[in-house]
Amino acid sequence: MSDPWLPYSRGRHADPVACAPALLTESLCVTYPGANGPALRGVSVRVPCGTTTALVGPNGSGKSTLLKAVAGLLPVGSGFIRVHGNPVGACHHRVAYLPQRGEIDWGFPISVERMVLTGRYVHLGWLRWPGRADRDIARAALDRLGLTELAGQQIGKLSGGQQQRALLARALAQEADLLLLDEPFNAVDARTQETIYEAMRSLRSRGKTLVVATHDLSRSEGCFDATVLLQGGERVPSPEAAPCCVIAEKVGAWTG
Amino acid sequence: MDWLTEPFRYAFMQHALLAAVLVGITCAVLGVHVVQRRMAFVGDALAHTTLPGLVVAHLFGWSLSLGGLGAALVTALFIGWASKRQAVKEDTAIGVVFTGMFALGVLLMSRTRSYRDLTHMLFGNVLGVTNSDLWFIAGVAVVVLVTLALFHKELELTGFDPTHAEVIGLRGDLMRFLLLGLLALAVVTGIQTVGVILTSALLITPAATAALLTDRMPRRMLLGAVLATASSVAGLTLSYLADTSSGAAIVLSCTAAFVVAFAARSTWQRLRRGAVDPEKTDEPNAVAQAEEASRCN
Repeated sequence: MSDPWLPYSRGRHADPVACAPALLTESLCVTYPGANGPALRGVSVRVPCGTTTALVGPNGSGKSTLLKAVAGLLPVGSGFIRVHGNPVGACHHRVAYLPQRGEIDWGFPISVERMVLTGRYVHLGWLRWPGRADRDIARAALDRLGLTELAGQQIGKLSGGQQQRALLARALAQEADLLLLDEPFNAVDARTQETIYEAMRSLRSRGKTLVVATHDLSRSEGCFDATVLLQGGERVPSPEAAPCCVIAEKVGAWTG
Repeated sequence: MDWLTEPFRYAFMQHALLAAVLVGITCAVLGVHVVQRRMAFVGDALAHTTLPGLVVAHLFGWSLSLGGLGAALVTALFIGWASKRQAVKEDTAIGVVFTGMFALGVLLMSRTRSYRDLTHMLFGNVLGVTNSDLWFIAGVAVVVLVTLALFHKELELTGFDPTHAEVIGLRGDLMRFLLLGLLALAVVTGIQTVGVILTSALLITPAATAALLTDRMPRRMLLGAVLATASSVAGLTLSYLADTSSGAAIVLSCTAAFVVAFAARSTWQRLRRGAVDPEKTDEPNAVAQAEEASRCN
C-alpha cells in the first residue's frame, strides 16, 4: 500500500505507536455544536488491538457520538482520544467509519462498485485515480458481502440490507485497522445480519479491531470480546467478564 | 437543405455558433453537479448578481466579462460563507443579496439611459461576440472542464457522502467553494449568449434532461453536452430564419428537449410496467429477489 502523493489532510499518515491500544479515550466529553449539554460526559474506553467491542445502550445514550468523535466528525470538548497511540486525524487511512444509512444521498448517480471504490480514496489523495489494484480490492469486498451481481446498479436501487452491506464493503475496501460500525444491524434482513456477523468474524481473525454500536445483541453469540454500556452519555460500569447474555437481557429491557 | 446551412455562411453567425456551443457544453457539464446538489437557485443568483459588475464595467469602459466575473466571484464567496453560518438560512440570504444586487445594477443602468445595452445584458447578444469574447469563452471552457475532470472523484464523494469525505480528511466546504468558483466563471460566459436572466437555463435544463435519461454521472455530462450543442444549433438557426431573439431561441430549444425527454421517459416507464417480461431484472425488487434466491441455494 503506497502513501498518497497529495493527502487530503495535512496530517501525515502517522505510524501506530507500539503497544498502544487500538482505541483509548480518557474522560471524554463531547458536545454537539449548538447543543446545550454534552452528549458524552467523561467516557473512558480502552479497546485492545484485534478485539471486537460492542457499544450498547438505549437510543440517545451517546453510542453514535462516541464513534463520530473517534472518526473526527465531532470536536473533543475535554479529555482525549488516541487511535493506535496517535491523536484523531493523524492516520485517516487506519480508521474506517460506517455511518448510519440515512446520512447518504442514495439518489446520487453512482454505481455500487464506484461507491465501494471511494473507500480507496484515502490511499490515493488528490489527483490520483484508482488503479487496477484498487479495483480488485473493491471487487473482492463486494464479493465477500454477496454484492457482485449488483455492482453495476445505481446505489438507490438496492434494498436497505443491500445498502448496509455496500457500506460495509466500502469500509472493508479501505483496509483500515480500526473499524467503527454505527448500528450496522438496524432494520436489515436476517440474511444481511448474518453476512455482517460473518464479515466481522473474518475481520477479527485477521487482527482488525472493531467497535460496533448496536442495541441488538440477540444473535451475537461469540462475536464480541467485550461490551461497553452507555447510558445518558456516561459509561455504566459493568464487570468485564459479564456474559453477553446477561447484558443482552439488560439491553432488551432498555429497548423493549 | 440550403436553408439549414445558409445562416452559417456569415462570419457573425459562425462566431455566434462557436460561442453558443462552447458555453452550452461548459454549462451543461457543470450543470450536472449543480442539479445533483440542488444548487439551481445558486446558479440563478450568481447570474443575476453579475449585473452591477457589468454595468460598472460598461460605465468605465472596462471589459464587461471581467466586470461580471468580479461581481460573480464576490457573490460566490458570500454564498460559500453564508452556507457555513446558520444565523440566516442560506437560501434566504442568497435571495436577499441577489435581488439587491440586481436592483443595484438596474438602478445604475437607468442613470446611463442606454436601454439597448441593458437589453443586451439582460437577454444576451450572441450575434455580437467579438474575437476577444471568444477567447475568453474558450479559456473558461478549458478551465472549467479540466478542473471538473481533475477533481471528479472528490466532487462525486462530497456530493453523495460528505461524512465519509470528512472522515478521510477531505473537506466538503472546500469542494463547494471550488464549484461556486467554476459556476461564477461559467455564468459570466453564459451571459454573453443568453443574458443575465436566462443563464441558469443553460446550467439546469440540459443537465436535468440528461438526468431523466441516465443515472450515471459521466453519461449525464456527455449527454448534457450533446443536448446543449444541438440546442445551440437549433436555436440559432430558428432565430435566424424567424428573425427572433437568439438567446431565447436557444433556451427554448433546451426546454423542448426536456419536454420530449420527459414524455419519452413517462411513456417508456408505462410500457415497461405494462409488459410482463420474466427476463427483466433491473427493477430493484426483482434484483433483490433473484439475489435472495441465489443465496438460498
